[in-house]
Amino acid sequence: MIDLQGYGPRLLEGALVTLEVAVLSLLLALILGLLTASAKLSRHWLFHRIATLYTTLIRGVPDLVLMLLLFFGGQIGVNMFTDWLYYEFDVDIFININEFVAGVVTIGFIFGAYMGETFRGAFLAVESGQIEAGRAYGMSNRLIFRRIQFPQMMRHALPGLGNNWMVLLKTTALVSVIGLSDMVRIAAEATKATHEPFLFMIPVAVVYLLIASVSEWIVARLQKHYNAGFGEADEWNN
Amino acid sequence: MADTPIPLEVRDITKRFGDTEVLKGLSLKAHKGDVITLIGASGSGKSTFLRCMNLLEQPNEGELIVHGENITFKTTRRGREPVDWKQVERIRAKLSMVFQSFNLWAHMTLLENVIEAPTHVLGKPKREAIAHARDLLDRVGLLDHADYYPAQMSGGQQQRGAIARALAMDPEVMLFDEPTSALDPELVGDVLKVMRDLAEEGRTMIVVTHEMSFARDVSSQVIYLHQGMVEEVGPPKEVLDNPQSDRLKQFLAPKH
Amino acid sequence: MEQLNAWFTELLSDNAIFTANTLGYYLDGLGSTVRLVFLSLIIGLLLAVPLAIARGSRRKWVKWPVFLYTYVFRGTPLLIQLYLIYYGVVFIEGIQDTFLWAILKDAFYPALIAFTLNTAAYTTEIFHGAIKATPRGEIEAARAYGMSRALMMRRIILPSAFRRALPAYGNEVIFMLHASAIASVVTIMDLTGAARFVYARFYAPFDAFLFVAAIYLCLTFAILFLFRYLEKKLLAHLKPING
Repeated sequence: MIDLQGYGPRLLEGALVTLEVAVLSLLLALILGLLTASAKLSRHWLFHRIATLYTTLIRGVPDLVLMLLLFFGGQIGVNMFTDWLYYEFDVDIFININEFVAGVVTIGFIFGAYMGETFRGAFLAVESGQIEAGRAYGMSNRLIFRRIQFPQMMRHALPGLGNNWMVLLKTTALVSVIGLSDMVRIAAEATKATHEPFLFMIPVAVVYLLIASVSEWIVARLQKHYNAGFGEADEWNN
Repeated sequence: MADTPIPLEVRDITKRFGDTEVLKGLSLKAHKGDVITLIGASGSGKSTFLRCMNLLEQPNEGELIVHGENITFKTTRRGREPVDWKQVERIRAKLSMVFQSFNLWAHMTLLENVIEAPTHVLGKPKREAIAHARDLLDRVGLLDHADYYPAQMSGGQQQRGAIARALAMDPEVMLFDEPTSALDPELVGDVLKVMRDLAEEGRTMIVVTHEMSFARDVSSQVIYLHQGMVEEVGPPKEVLDNPQSDRLKQFLAPKH
Repeated sequence: MEQLNAWFTELLSDNAIFTANTLGYYLDGLGSTVRLVFLSLIIGLLLAVPLAIARGSRRKWVKWPVFLYTYVFRGTPLLIQLYLIYYGVVFIEGIQDTFLWAILKDAFYPALIAFTLNTAAYTTEIFHGAIKATPRGEIEAARAYGMSRALMMRRIILPSAFRRALPAYGNEVIFMLHASAIASVVTIMDLTGAARFVYARFYAPFDAFLFVAAIYLCLTFAILFLFRYLEKKLLAHLKPING
């Protein structure tokens, strides 16, 4: 095991925290993204408005500001809500907005907006003829979604999703600013203690590159899977 | 007149793409005022032959002489290529090409397209180039389109503009690579008319085309290519009106 | 109107946080943010043009170092790059004895260097993609008219690539504006730094951060409109006149 002046094991723990934050916020972002895409594609104006407001606001404000807002303001907001619950309904609950929750929720919310755009574009890219053909063969809407729309949409969505994931991964570094001990924070602490920035920051950078490279490989594999039957067309686009 | 160098001569050009030999030793001599048409089925190598003449394709063997200047080649790891690219640029400036897909530069207006190479390649003063360009645009009937961008014009207009761009170089020889093939049928006539006028005023032209009436009326020489070889060559009256080979007869036979 | 005015004055006088003093912090912060982002974008842009050309070179020893640079700077968080440069410059042999130290010990310059290198990497890839997307026919026409590689690059490829790169570059500008918020992490009093200061002083997270979020939002929209305008002006030639 690499010791790194005793910081090795802690950096490794930090790397796990980074991964946890990344994966959990990815899940939240995917769910929010699908919801946003359906809201934007829905015929109801209110859903449409809300989704548009959400994506516009989120994409207009720095991630760090949103994270600070949620981290420092979130607890106050939640406390006001739980107090109200207690006085009105005599329900006593406690919700703790710690660094981890604030980090995951903020990143999830931010990338939910980006994922929403990706999914929306991908749904629109599926030719209507494909869906009509499904209908013509007596498929139900659910069946059409599951067997035709979703697989074809994934082909269009994957490059965008992969891209969003790479950006999300790097955004997780911001949780170190609100005090969560991810690998960036531990490297920063180690740097301040030992005055050896290169010794700690470079391995951390390498871990990011490693995760990014592995993800790239996985996305390429998935891409191949969902691209079956579209090979030539995509070569042209490159 | 005998010591005036002939504008373009190519000798024994061969070209291979991988293992397939697409040109199998082609020669051609264009004297001043000649209009040489290259005809043949698709895949016969006529466009590749034309593109070898200004070295957009590098021939594997053969010689190229432009206005008495012999292009020298060397063999490198990548294959055979010209020794001096400056020389190639110089001879390309004497052989203006008109493309099947026009290839006007999309970020420039028509006028800017026409003056671009004269000012930046030939070093002509801008004012002079603009005056010349306006004359040429007037000739091809596009003076009122001088400030249009290519995407704002029809295919026929773009191609006439591209011909003006070629003329602006005062070329020794004009190379036409299927100039009407990408056009809607109703736009072909305008372009052909401009080309006929050029032939009449004595321009030296080498034209790859499918327009048999143009070949018949305008050319001084017709070359029928088949699988990278010259199958028949001669004045249009001989080649087109009295074909010898079965293949050419079949090629010329009216298609329903 | 009268009523509105009175209400507004009352609101301001009641307000303990947004005094002229705090607004001054935000204004200074705005200045820092704009300076940092603007300078890094300009220098990054100037670096990116030659780098993008080199990135598309046929020579491996020219192409690979540039690829490695963009891969590393686009593959790691900007925060790490900032830390590396901010904490790292101190360790350059003998730097503290030179005049450079007077500049570099201020956090602004390490941050500027980090931001510049970061945006240059992204911009290089944007331009590289735009250069690669130049229509083949236009390059062929340039060659056929006797243009040298340098002339072709200058007159045909780059002008059309810049236009094509405009939408993606607009996104990069917005991205840099937002990314610049981390300058506050290394003690720079940029917009976010001002908000954190105000928060710490009044313990009023909503006021401090929502206000700064609104400023960022306005800046983002301003950039967005600027690029819309530029696109409309510079990309008009690609649209047919009728439909």
